[in-house]
Amino acid sequence: MPVISVKGLDLCYGTRQVLRDITMQVRRGEFYLIIGPNGSGKTSLLKALANLLPIGGGGIEILGQPLTGYTRRQLAARLAVVPQQISLNFPFTVADTVLMGRAPHLGLLEIEGEADHAFAREAMQFTEVAHLAHRRLDQLSGGERQRVIIARALCQQPEIILLDEPTASLDPAHQIQIMDLMERFRVEKGTTVVMVSHDLNLASLYGDRLLLLHNGRVEMVGRPSEVLVAERLAACYGCAMLVEKNSLGEKPRVTLVPHKYSQFL
Amino acid sequence: MVGLVASERSLIGRLVLITLGFGFLLAASGFLGIGMGPSGSSFGEVWAIFSGNGGSQSITGTIVWSIRLPRVILAATAGASLALGGLVFQALLRNPLAEPYILGISGGSAVGAIIGLLLGLSPFPGVPLAAFSGSMLILFLVLGLVSGQSAISRDSMLLGGVMMNAFCGAIIMFLISMSQTSQVHQILFWLMGDFTMFSTDRLPILLTLLPCFLLIFVLARPMNLLLAGHDSAAALGVNVQRLSLILLVTTTFMVSIVVCQSGLVGFVGLVVPHILRMFLGPDHRLLVPSSILGGGAYLILCDLLARTLPGTGEMPVGIVTAVIGAPLFLALLWRSHRCR
Repeated sequence: MPVISVKGLDLCYGTRQVLRDITMQVRRGEFYLIIGPNGSGKTSLLKALANLLPIGGGGIEILGQPLTGYTRRQLAARLAVVPQQISLNFPFTVADTVLMGRAPHLGLLEIEGEADHAFAREAMQFTEVAHLAHRRLDQLSGGERQRVIIARALCQQPEIILLDEPTASLDPAHQIQIMDLMERFRVEKGTTVVMVSHDLNLASLYGDRLLLLHNGRVEMVGRPSEVLVAERLAACYGCAMLVEKNSLGEKPRVTLVPHKYSQFL
Repeated sequence: MVGLVASERSLIGRLVLITLGFGFLLAASGFLGIGMGPSGSSFGEVWAIFSGNGGSQSITGTIVWSIRLPRVILAATAGASLALGGLVFQALLRNPLAEPYILGISGGSAVGAIIGLLLGLSPFPGVPLAAFSGSMLILFLVLGLVSGQSAISRDSMLLGGVMMNAFCGAIIMFLISMSQTSQVHQILFWLMGDFTMFSTDRLPILLTLLPCFLLIFVLARPMNLLLAGHDSAAALGVNVQRLSLILLVTTTFMVSIVVCQSGLVGFVGLVVPHILRMFLGPDHRLLVPSSILGGGAYLILCDLLARTLPGTGEMPVGIVTAVIGAPLFLALLWRSHRCR
């Protein structure tokens, strides 16, 4: 049984339709990447899966139950979201931020107990931010901050984690660090990972399956070698790309081709 | 990691300590507020009256029981409500500059209250309901100006609030120009923050604020999650729309009640949460009780200054809070732009 099942999903912002007839299924324990050019509806799809946007038509099932059947708290205990941006106007410490992940498991007046702190400690150790526990979030680098938010998601003990471009604006070393972390999360905890990414090479290296969105529609779903085809990418992204097999397990490697090199294609 | 374990054990301890500390501060401020004033009665006389040895029928007794005590009670509840109002608006908008006065909510209450007064509505519930309607109208107008969540739109909301405040000021001036001369001085003084009109028979009105304080305290943890962003809060299990509606209506109700009794007292919701956040951090489980008690103490002391600073007579407390709050608002605005 798929952990996420979407059938005929439509989504509009006012009169503008951003997602049309999306159908997808994500299997348990899968590393599933959503790719596509700007404005193709990647973030909107992720938000729809997290019930953060009202859908116009179709249906979403999470763990076999309609999304609308969950209360916010019930959903948050099963599905965590790592947003693209976080608010830093009122910075909490790292430990306090990670502990917020226990909110779906606590009553309104309940205070985090020993077990909740143990989860937070474990999450911080897993994401290697334990040494930053008492630092404020606004005093951290982009990579550290991202790992803290992932630790918060881990602290929710979710079965599914949705991430919106977690490697955006990070240098290559930190990109790999975040992706390796999510891979470890998936393998060791059995969590299903659904990630929006602009980086086609990271998508190729880590994704079990990719979903390519174009103009709010599903262009293709499949293994990286099936989806990352030069002609298809060029048509979707509107620029030339060279797709070869890399030497690391024969995954596709995508190279952007500037106009001045187009005669080599 | 040791600290994390310690913080787990100490949250309740910190809460108790903060409540006791700020409770003592409120009590001390209250005693100062009751003991000091232009009549020159000593603390000893006041203490004797409280302990039942001073004669409640004496002049000092009349001043203490009929003038100063109601005034201190009003200052404490107004300060608590306005500080809490600021704290809630700052959490909802994730903007440390948000405050009922700056957002025009207080101005809307004042317009509603003046219309209620001029129409001859009853002091309770007529005028407070008119004030509540006025503030809700302004709130929805300001919210209507901004529907997004971006930093720009949050600044727009602040700007929209400032505009609404100016608009309410114009309506107030219009209403004053249409009213009788005998009412004008009273309304003008009340508008700048006036605690002199309050009497003990209006105490039950202030009691309606207590359930609001309790409700906001209960919602303190979800308010923490709001600071992470509305989407993040929703993803952490908070029903953001329902929480926002409860907080907005509760806060607007509190502000309306306070404005009806004390006029426009600005910047309390900016100064008190800002100072408390510097020392206690952003956790609302600590900030809500400390804002209630600390806000009360702050406004009692501001009122004391308003009563004792001028050589003769007294000035509206709104002048004191504005003199303290406006520079802080500018400093925060400057810092927020520098940090961008």
